[in-house]
Amino acid sequence: MPDIQFSGAVRQAVGDVASIHIEATTIRELLRKLVERHPRVQSLIDEGLAVSINGHIYRDGWTTPIPPDAEVFLMPRVPGG
Amino acid sequence: MSDNNQNTNFTNQEFKVVGSRPERPDGIDKVTGRALYGADTYAPGQLVGAILRSPHAHAKIKSIDTSKAEKLKGVKAVLTSKDLPDLVGGAGPNYDILVNCMARDRALYDGHAVAAVAAIDENTARKALKLIKVDYKILPHVTDVDEARKPNAPIVQPGTRTANVEPAPTKDSNIAARNQFGHGDVDEGFKQADVIIEKTYKTEQTHQGYIEPHACLASVGPDGSGELWVTTQGHYTFRTVCSTLLGLDIAKLKVTSSEIGGGFGGKTHVWMEPVALGLSRKANRPVKVVMSREEVFRASGPTASTSMDIKIGATRDGRITAATADLRYQGGPFPGMWGLLGAMTSFACYNLPNVKTVAWDILVNRPKVAAYRAPSAPMAAFGVESTMDLVADAIGMSPVDFRMLNAAREGTRASYGPTYGPIGILPTLEAVKNHPHMTAPLGPNQGRGMACGFWFNFGGQTATDLNISTDGTVNLTIGTVDVGGSRASMSLIAAEELGISYDEIKCNIGDTNSLGHNDTTEGSRGTFSSGMATIFAARQAIDVMRERAAQKWEIPVEEVEWKDGEAHAVGVHHSNLIPLSLKEIAKASPRTGGPIAGHNETVADNAGVSFASHICDVEVDPETGSTRVIRYTVVQDAGKAIHPQYVEGQFQGAAAQGIGWALNEEYIYGEDGRLQNAGFLDYRIPVCSDLPFIDTKILEIPNPDHPYGVRGVGETSIVPPLAAIGSAVSNAVGVRMDHVPMSPPRIRAALKAQAASEKAVSAG
Repeated sequence: MPDIQFSGAVRQAVGDVASIHIEATTIRELLRKLVERHPRVQSLIDEGLAVSINGHIYRDGWTTPIPPDAEVFLMPRVPGG
Repeated sequence: MSDNNQNTNFTNQEFKVVGSRPERPDGIDKVTGRALYGADTYAPGQLVGAILRSPHAHAKIKSIDTSKAEKLKGVKAVLTSKDLPDLVGGAGPNYDILVNCMARDRALYDGHAVAAVAAIDENTARKALKLIKVDYKILPHVTDVDEARKPNAPIVQPGTRTANVEPAPTKDSNIAARNQFGHGDVDEGFKQADVIIEKTYKTEQTHQGYIEPHACLASVGPDGSGELWVTTQGHYTFRTVCSTLLGLDIAKLKVTSSEIGGGFGGKTHVWMEPVALGLSRKANRPVKVVMSREEVFRASGPTASTSMDIKIGATRDGRITAATADLRYQGGPFPGMWGLLGAMTSFACYNLPNVKTVAWDILVNRPKVAAYRAPSAPMAAFGVESTMDLVADAIGMSPVDFRMLNAAREGTRASYGPTYGPIGILPTLEAVKNHPHMTAPLGPNQGRGMACGFWFNFGGQTATDLNISTDGTVNLTIGTVDVGGSRASMSLIAAEELGISYDEIKCNIGDTNSLGHNDTTEGSRGTFSSGMATIFAARQAIDVMRERAAQKWEIPVEEVEWKDGEAHAVGVHHSNLIPLSLKEIAKASPRTGGPIAGHNETVADNAGVSFASHICDVEVDPETGSTRVIRYTVVQDAGKAIHPQYVEGQFQGAAAQGIGWALNEEYIYGEDGRLQNAGFLDYRIPVCSDLPFIDTKILEIPNPDHPYGVRGVGETSIVPPLAAIGSAVSNAVGVRMDHVPMSPPRIRAALKAQAASEKAVSAG
């Protein structure tokens, strides 16, 4: 799996780095391991995070598999109007 | 017009009814007055609720004396914040909602609720409000987004420290959060540019302008169960929020969504509904609350006002080398993510090697901001697209060609982070370039502009229920509020799957007791997500019908297929079996296993991002500064258009709202911090006579993650109008407009400033 990329508040919560490497096969596993390493991310998950996998944005589907070599990007969970 | 020939065969599915334009199932009820909106229902013993609102922009509430109001004959309940205790931990989004519903120690804006009454009639309720004595200590206020950032500005929410800043601030400020997006090295990128344009823009606060005001009928019994009839975009969300704030069990509060007379994001939030429930609980009687238009303006959720600095650098051959945006958005007195959304969307249309967007979310003494279609994107697009035109002009390229050269494509890394899959901005630009509108002649004082826009679109939690009656007609129950024609679209989808006619489907919006949770109809998700759930529910019902047919024929179900509304036995061994229609299977259902139904509960992710490009012609009267839009064209990527007329309606409605936003609409505050134009006489939304026919072109670039290729369509077309109209006005008057709305006084001021500048140059 490639690096998990961040921006905005998530990047701040992981120590102002653009990306880190996490082995995970689902969104749930990814977020769990991320919180283990960076507990400040939990509050952001509680407020709402979305995960982009190869350009597809998932807001709620935490069981979604993450393919090997996927581009994974953590971003704010965006509301609509 | 619809272009149905573009890439619609990705599923190799030939649609029979999807894509047609049948009559609207709710049309007759709406034009004859039978449709029931938020204020149109009644309950025995119902009381009238009314809310006392702060006349001050910012004030400490020293005391509230309700004793005289309570003694007034006919008053059944008086409510203050003491009746809505904090059950949510004193912080966070739900606490902000609680405080917004009813002020606690301070009134935070003109119109903030401070007390409420329930009485036997409206006159009594109004009299009671006048008998409530609130002792205020007026505090300094700030309503302007730029003034609020200054170091000595009055602090709106003591304790606010800017989030996401290192090192963490040690002093309070009105800057709630900073967020940054982007990639590459913008400093290096600007060094490579031949032309750099940097400009500051400002946009004023606007309201969604839905015609139906907020209204609800609340009833809470002594056993803690309750009902709420309400105009809303999300009755399940209202149920969750109201239950949380009032300490009710979610399952014991039944929320029914009425017909909705417009929402556009403004009805995604609760405003007075928890107050109505609180009054009902205290009075032990049903309570109806209907906001006046003035209350809607002062105390519901308008969009943010903004200021921003946009900088774009490009080479002489038209390649953008770097772009930055510094965006300031105010969210009212509570933290929001409005600036963040501006930062994520601002450059999303373009393929940029070096880009940086920084958002500042600012607190002011104005109402709590809510979404307004593609929230925050139109304002950022105004600044970015206006600057794009300036750069194009500086390098001598047409605005369309400049955008096409730099448009994002499949594989482009979006300015907000991820890499795009198949996207549709380039086709919208090509359609604009080839549209006859772009080459039509212009007259004196007329100008043309074009602009692009982006929105994410979302799906979310969705549940749908499909029941087949014994006569073969179908009840389809969905849980997403119909804000833009989803009942027609869902009926088309169910008809397509089942193989029956559109008229044989009755689509209903279920109350919160009838389905699992459905997320709010926002993010252009209604047709995308409920459409997906309807497809799967119909397929489940078809499986049941195949089983019933197999049972009758005494053959394996695998040897039964569903085609054109009938079960067919497959194979030469069954060639003597006459197909069974849905009607025949439904009629026999009581003796073949009972009711036939299909259900689906899903999380519908991957709604597919959407792009639009607009063209606008205006004519400006140079003496008065009055602007008239004389021609307008919307081109948008819609994915598969289920009911093209509704899709066109979404495009046209968004463009009409954008025209009002661009030219006239704004919240005007006095020095006392009070809203001066809380009514449609002084806050001017466009009416039919203000608008040209808005031409539309639907591009059906399919979303590969939906069974029919559907994308959301409701929001994207609110994004380009401010910029398209801004460029049209600027081209008409010869001055780049940088402040929305471009109202007659602002246009005259811009012309006057230009004349003074030219005079100074010639004198010097």
